[in-house]
Amino acid sequence: MSPHPTYLLDRARLADSHTLKVARENGAYAAFEKILNDKPDPKEVTEVVKTSGLRGRGGAGFPTGLKWSFMPDASKDSRPRYMAVNADESEPGTCKDRVLLREDPHGLLEGCLIAGYAMGLDAVYIYVRGEYRLPYRRMQDAIDEARAAGLIGKNILGKGFDLEIHMHQGAGAYICGEETGLMESLEGKRGHPRPKPPFPAGFGLWGKPTTVNNVESIFNVPFIMTHGAAWFRGFGTEKSPGNFLCGISGHVAKPGVYEVPLGITAREILEQYAGGVWKGRKLKGWFPGGSSTGIVPADLIDTPMDHDSIKGIGSMFGTGAMIMLDETACVVRASEVLARFYDHESCGQCSQCREGTQWLNQIFHRIENGQGTMADVDLLESLSRGMTPGKTICALSDAAAIPTLAVIKHFRDEIVEHIHKGCCPLKGGSGRAPAADRTEVHA
Amino acid sequence: MALPETLVAEFDRMVQKYPERRSALIPAIHRCQEELGGWVSPETMEDLAAYFGLEPVDVYGVVTFYPMFRTKPPGKHVVSVCHNISCDLRGAEGILAKVCEVTGAKVGGTSADGKFTVERVECQGACANAPMFDLDGVYHEDLDDAKVAKILGGLQ
Repeated sequence: MSPHPTYLLDRARLADSHTLKVARENGAYAAFEKILNDKPDPKEVTEVVKTSGLRGRGGAGFPTGLKWSFMPDASKDSRPRYMAVNADESEPGTCKDRVLLREDPHGLLEGCLIAGYAMGLDAVYIYVRGEYRLPYRRMQDAIDEARAAGLIGKNILGKGFDLEIHMHQGAGAYICGEETGLMESLEGKRGHPRPKPPFPAGFGLWGKPTTVNNVESIFNVPFIMTHGAAWFRGFGTEKSPGNFLCGISGHVAKPGVYEVPLGITAREILEQYAGGVWKGRKLKGWFPGGSSTGIVPADLIDTPMDHDSIKGIGSMFGTGAMIMLDETACVVRASEVLARFYDHESCGQCSQCREGTQWLNQIFHRIENGQGTMADVDLLESLSRGMTPGKTICALSDAAAIPTLAVIKHFRDEIVEHIHKGCCPLKGGSGRAPAADRTEVHA
Repeated sequence: MALPETLVAEFDRMVQKYPERRSALIPAIHRCQEELGGWVSPETMEDLAAYFGLEPVDVYGVVTFYPMFRTKPPGKHVVSVCHNISCDLRGAEGILAKVCEVTGAKVGGTSADGKFTVERVECQGACANAPMFDLDGVYHEDLDDAKVAKILGGLQ
């Protein structure tokens, strides 16, 4: 069992936790019902979320309550208002929201209802990546059950409050996890991110005020409303309060999704939760929070997992999804796999990203396959500097360039060794001839 | 060709979730692909365009943007093997090779008997249970060669 107090996954561990009966017997909808009975000023609800210090769990770590407060004043702006819940979980390494959607859908719905009250929303759309079929079904069943129980729709629980909550299915594009790409996709278009400004709070879904929040962010809200902002600040650090769901994957003995407090060291997660590096091997490097956060070497494993500490070691907290590489792993191979991913997922609007991701993919591929030259290292670096920061409409370009700069910074020797030896020197590398099927896949 | 009435009835309900009809386009393409042979034919794109009041090229643009949509008919079963970082670190290439061996299909292709299509896919969000593949819409996780043979070997 966890040595740290938990709250996010407590209900999810129960049998049939996804049903309304079990969820309600274990506290679901109580915070929302209290709000409906007490009818506080909606601004007070937002204020509690602000005071709690909750930061978005989707990657950027933006304060959730502050984001809510950007929505225009309903008394001065009569347009319909929306929230989109970002359940397009597709950052490599990240597999946490899936657990919440599948095991505790009513917890998320309660968060949506409270957000709906706070922001005066007309409707909430939960955008789930297309591949998550079981989580989608669980969510849809939960909505149907909640609607039948009078918890969604018109005049909820007879208290004169209305809110619609709808499921929406994506179709496998990483870029739709970017909030404006998500909105385009929800409007039935290609998921091309929009230039900002205008920001979603002023011009979002169908041009109306919209807030986009990650699943885990919204999931925290009912707990904050039940126990208060001060209670929430009892978890985690001053600047990054609360627990978070850490998906840890790669070369560990017990990969999994673990609930831990922000500020816990990466070493404690690795050793106390994930059972250490697998096969008795040593750690080589790790990604702190998904594939877009730069890799860091093993000797930084005592860094606390919170936004500021991870920023302090030159990476990012991201989605809190740790990807661990043991001593036999090849960082060039890992970089090639990720560059291939960003190349595949670039939406193609901005030339730096469209061309840059393709070049990164090709260069890492030839280095890994023994055809790199020393000029390639400089080329990787100069290309990446042309792709970040803030050179493009959205951050996908940065997401490809930042890990590239990180791998050059921390593992330059290993890249150079590939070039000098004319092959991958590691048994955990590809150890293969160039993949014959590559052109087929990218055609 | 016209869309089956049952699908049209479904779409009529779907569009009511949104202030603008077009928002139901992607879920509607999913339903067409599920019901009409596992792919989106040019005729289906025209039918969808007519239903949504769009040009066929608009539908084509959406279908080809999203990796889950197919513009060619697949085999009876589709095996989508994740090859992203967490799966790669735990042997995804070996799993892919085993899948090809068991199914007789090449990566990106369909087996000669039309039974299996095998493809590489990007991260499926099952990283803590790597390696994995999706078989006809169901995740199979924590794979090894024996599991692959067992899951795919017994399929009709």
